[in-house]
Amino acid sequence: MMRFASAGQVALVAIVVLYLAAVYVLPSQVWMGFTINALVVAIIALSWNVTGGFGGMSSFGHAAMYGTGAYASAVLQVQYGVNAWPAFAAGIVAGALMGAFIGALSFRYGLKGSYFALVTLAFAEVLRICASAFEITGAGRGLQLRLDPGLATLQFNSDRTLTYTLLLILVALVMALTAWIKYSRFGAYLVAVRENEDAARALGIDTYRVKVVAMAISGAFGGLAGVVYLQLWLFIDSAVVFGVAISVAALIGPIVGGAGTVWGPLIGTLGLHLLGEGAKTALHNAPGLNFVLYAIVLIVALRFLPQGLMGLAGRIGAFGRKGGSDA
Amino acid sequence: MSSLILPAVLNGLMMGAVYALIALGLTLIYGVLHIINFAHGSLLMLALYAAYFLFQHLGIDPYLAAVIVVPLFFGLGYALQRVVIAPMSAGSEQNVLLVTLALSLVIDNLALYFWTSNTRTVDVPYAYNTVEVFGAYLTLGRVIAFVAALVVAGLMWLFMTRTRTGAAIRAVAVEKRGAEIVGIDVGHTYAICFGLGTACVALAACLLLPTFYVTPQVGYTFVLVAFTTVVMGGMGSLPGALIAGLALGVIEALGGLFLGESLGQIGIFVAFILTLLFRPSGLLGRRPA
Repeated sequence: MMRFASAGQVALVAIVVLYLAAVYVLPSQVWMGFTINALVVAIIALSWNVTGGFGGMSSFGHAAMYGTGAYASAVLQVQYGVNAWPAFAAGIVAGALMGAFIGALSFRYGLKGSYFALVTLAFAEVLRICASAFEITGAGRGLQLRLDPGLATLQFNSDRTLTYTLLLILVALVMALTAWIKYSRFGAYLVAVRENEDAARALGIDTYRVKVVAMAISGAFGGLAGVVYLQLWLFIDSAVVFGVAISVAALIGPIVGGAGTVWGPLIGTLGLHLLGEGAKTALHNAPGLNFVLYAIVLIVALRFLPQGLMGLAGRIGAFGRKGGSDA
Repeated sequence: MSSLILPAVLNGLMMGAVYALIALGLTLIYGVLHIINFAHGSLLMLALYAAYFLFQHLGIDPYLAAVIVVPLFFGLGYALQRVVIAPMSAGSEQNVLLVTLALSLVIDNLALYFWTSNTRTVDVPYAYNTVEVFGAYLTLGRVIAFVAALVVAGLMWLFMTRTRTGAAIRAVAVEKRGAEIVGIDVGHTYAICFGLGTACVALAACLLLPTFYVTPQVGYTFVLVAFTTVVMGGMGSLPGALIAGLALGVIEALGGLFLGESLGQIGIFVAFILTLLFRPSGLLGRRPA
């Protein structure tokens, strides 16, 4: 399913897979806890990648889908006593609907580029204010799930290794779907829209539909990331799940790792988290400094790594086969 | 209730003038460089801290501090465009947005690191004196900000239409290549524009500080309002920014009055989304700065 363009990309992916496997045997439980957090962010990064990477629709407000998923599931569980499983599914569906809604509205009126980025940001803000104002979403207090570990409630916090394994499976699943998008006809349409929308339309592609479907898929992934966060922490708050930090994390990982690739979002997110964690340790937990570091890496990547780390690795030991830098 | 509406509208207008001044800088940068400066709010926050520290350590009144802060931020804006934004974005519009986003992250989080998240205010004795206008009591500090913002908007307009530099800026905005051919230094003009936009925001900060507060997060709140103002007024339009800024101040004040404190700001974002969707060219359409 994966096609690699170079020995460099194979090596890069091998390093990531080795690291993820090594987490099982690394002595400190800290590594696993930290990687669990990074994997949740990797899901929202993979979500951004569908629209921002393949479709060239750079969103600044992916927290809108993340928060919608988290709140949909939390409201159903806390306010209506719905079981965690259907609530989990409902969160994903709600994320997809929110993505489709924002996409349908924005693309109906031809928003693109910076305008699209700003409107997504505004949607996330509106949702944040709503969630912090209405009683059903817990208003300013947020929503707290009742601690009740078990399979029926989808709460595995007591078993960190199990949580980690489940998250790995989820990330692998999202990446498999990403790979499917990339190599499917739909993915080709999406890339065509990114490269030249007018030409794509002239060739008979229903570009509006392609973009809205991409937003729905991206929204489903984003909703998934949100519900996973909820099940992990059992508590959500509008400032966190609709916060700008989520939207920023969603786009930095893919851009640094390689937007529009299957492995890029995961590689970028893990790399940045490792860097941030290292800096935190070195600087004695200085607040906010990891974001300074992320931002500097982002600027450098924009200037020197137009295709991210995957693009850089793609130039090392190329296989000399047709198809360009892939995977 | 109706007796509360007039004071709310007037207070909204006072705040709206400051929004307009902030947006003036942003729309100037957009109109000429055709880029959206995401770091605009962070620069406002930085200027608020500059004025705050000048007051705290040297006892300089925030209004007087403008004499120091505004030229300083003109230079900062000029340098940012020359050293960071232009070289790092490699000429792509999407990249500029991301580079300025990254800049705002750097500025905001460094501020958080050095100055902590404590809310700081200056204590200027006269700032909360009230002035009676049409039977409504308005804060003196806000009235000063209102008048100053309008005066600066007028000066800016004179600068753009009456001076050689203004003419060069307008030329570059309309036809970059042509301006280059007749001997205008485009890179320099771009940086001047960025400097002017940053100077606007610095002045807004000096006007805001006596009746406002500063935290490292304050820029983010303002940048969204500034985007809304710029888009509503028509990207790149100076008069549009002025009208939209005043309108948004009123929308926010009325939203706060009728929907309560927590939902009040929503009016601004709803206005933003509606404008982007139905009239992305803004209320006054697209016209060169």
